[in-house]
Amino acid sequence: MLKTQPMTQRIEARFQKCRAEGRAALVTYVMAGDPDPETSLAILKSLPKAGADIVEFGLPFTDPMADGPAIQAAGLRALKVGQDTVKTLDLIRRFRAEDQDTPVILMGYFNPIYVYGVDRFLNDAKDAGVDGLIVVDLPPEEDDELCLPALKAGLAFIRLATPTTDDKRLPAVLTNTAGFVYYVSITGITGAATPDFGKVATAVERIKRHTPLPVVVGFGVKSGAHAAAVAQGADGVVVGSALIDALKGTLDAEDRATAGSIEAVTKLVKELSEGVRSVAKRAAA
Amino acid sequence: MSAQAQPNSYRTGPDERGHFGQFGGRFVAETLMPNILELEKAYEEARNDPSFHADMAYFSTHYIGRPSPLYFAERMTEHLGGAKIYFKREELNHTGAHKVNNVLGQILLARRMGKKRIIAETGAGQHGVATATLCARFGLECIVYMGAVDVERQKPNVFRMNMLGAKVVPVQSGTRTLKDAMNEALRDWVTNVADTFYCIGTVAGPHPYPAMVRDFQCVIGQETREQMMQAEGRLPDSLVACIGGGSNAIGLFHPFLDDKDVEIYGVEAAGHGLSNLHAASLSGGRPGVLHGNRTYLLMNQDGQIADAHSISAGLDYPGIGPEHAWLHEMGRVQYISATDDEALDAFQLCSRLEGILPALEPAHALAKVIELAPKKPKDHLMVVNISGRGDKDLFQIAEHLQEKIV
Repeated sequence: MLKTQPMTQRIEARFQKCRAEGRAALVTYVMAGDPDPETSLAILKSLPKAGADIVEFGLPFTDPMADGPAIQAAGLRALKVGQDTVKTLDLIRRFRAEDQDTPVILMGYFNPIYVYGVDRFLNDAKDAGVDGLIVVDLPPEEDDELCLPALKAGLAFIRLATPTTDDKRLPAVLTNTAGFVYYVSITGITGAATPDFGKVATAVERIKRHTPLPVVVGFGVKSGAHAAAVAQGADGVVVGSALIDALKGTLDAEDRATAGSIEAVTKLVKELSEGVRSVAKRAAA
Repeated sequence: MSAQAQPNSYRTGPDERGHFGQFGGRFVAETLMPNILELEKAYEEARNDPSFHADMAYFSTHYIGRPSPLYFAERMTEHLGGAKIYFKREELNHTGAHKVNNVLGQILLARRMGKKRIIAETGAGQHGVATATLCARFGLECIVYMGAVDVERQKPNVFRMNMLGAKVVPVQSGTRTLKDAMNEALRDWVTNVADTFYCIGTVAGPHPYPAMVRDFQCVIGQETREQMMQAEGRLPDSLVACIGGGSNAIGLFHPFLDDKDVEIYGVEAAGHGLSNLHAASLSGGRPGVLHGNRTYLLMNQDGQIADAHSISAGLDYPGIGPEHAWLHEMGRVQYISATDDEALDAFQLCSRLEGILPALEPAHALAKVIELAPKKPKDHLMVVNISGRGDKDLFQIAEHLQEKIV
């Protein structure tokens, strides 16, 4: 067995490390199987080396209701080459064989997990080395479906808080949340508008009053400068669509990877990492 | 077919979490949850407010033209030689389909909630036209998402929506049909959550939509009860309606669910046949989660949503309303299916015998009436819901029959 520590501890350890270094964490999102399984694994492996602290791997789905065009297209590219949940877990297993420390978060929609079978999925995901889950279409009202079984199985269920989550609702959203809280910076889909960073900082402060968990911010972060702006107040910065756009820019006419594909992603990750590291934060206890 | 215990009533659902048995629920992004809870509360208040019902009644009568007739289809009855066939004439409503019943309710609700921007998804365009119509009537901004494939095959309705002042957005993502239009409408809603009301066209989506849309459509079945009592002095023996999402069907069925002697048939679209490309979620699918609810879905082994196919854009959806999924599992409603070819034949028969051009959607229901009616005795009263008129489909039918319309 590869597991050397309980799953959520890998996430906690990583945030502690970042805090000790006096900076926010960089969280990256790429789609499993995009544009093909081997390239997506090579990208995943390259991310921590380029400065990512936590990696999110997208579970492809035909109908991603909360995603913009970049992630929609990435999912369809992956599905076109036959990516499925079994193969995605295999890729994570191979990643984990070489990297025991970087937390891996699976992010997607509920239907592929539901169809796979919740108990079987949790067992296989944990076994593959997954640390946490972000499932966009499972609000607290549906906690019985996956959130509670995941916590029981020792996987973090990471909840999204949004600008529409008011103080009255926030406790419901934070209950049963583990690992960290993901603040969605805008009302909207992934890869769309760039947020007002001042408002984001206020929102992060508000959430932090309700929870001791780290709060990371995603949606609309595209550059090192954006990452630096978000890193002022947040414990972490999530970047997804911009990385997928960088990858897409290198694909050939048939959507196949080219010599520059992996480097295009790592180059942007390095820039983002520098952005995050340019903001010195008080090393918290 | 059911091993489950039968309830005392089939008409009490959903529970407070929006569940019909294991189906339904609220599977949406957190951004939308406050809106959905706000909608649930607003609908609950409206439901208990006599002034809301008074507004509904006024516009139903004077704007939609209700009640729609229950018409004895004498020549169809003679031709088939069995059951006495009645048409519930929803195609005579303003805008030409049952969709307007639901849209009226939702638009009056949107007004109460102070929402000025209305979004909708549409397949065949009937729900889009109804939404555009009521937005014009009440001076509201209207944006309709429609799959690019459907925009192409339902051009007359696209033009109607444009004339009514709505903005039709062709959806290029995914399979470019109804399910993708719904994805895109949800993406719009998540982006413009504060001022926007999402007017869903069928009994699907997150709670409270399946129950709310059903309530607005139940006028079909309530009128049918009264009209049949007047015409024949008793309730019908069977009901037949087509099902995409299932709003016209649940509207007809629901007031009769506890009348155990009434046989109920829901007709799904079998497309090229159930072993081929089709849109029959109950006959060919299994439970999954999409568009805010758990229901039967067409999908592959990995839970990826499959391409549905039907000649009728309005039935071309890989899911079905959660209440139908439950009624299917309880065995209260029998769900059967009709192919593209059967629907085309039924369309032609009805047009020639009754002088009524049905839409391709209810032509699926008629196809099964053609099959069921001859097996029933002459005193068997069968009601089929003619949920829309066929004008929108003429070009497409001509193409299939290889006739040129000049």
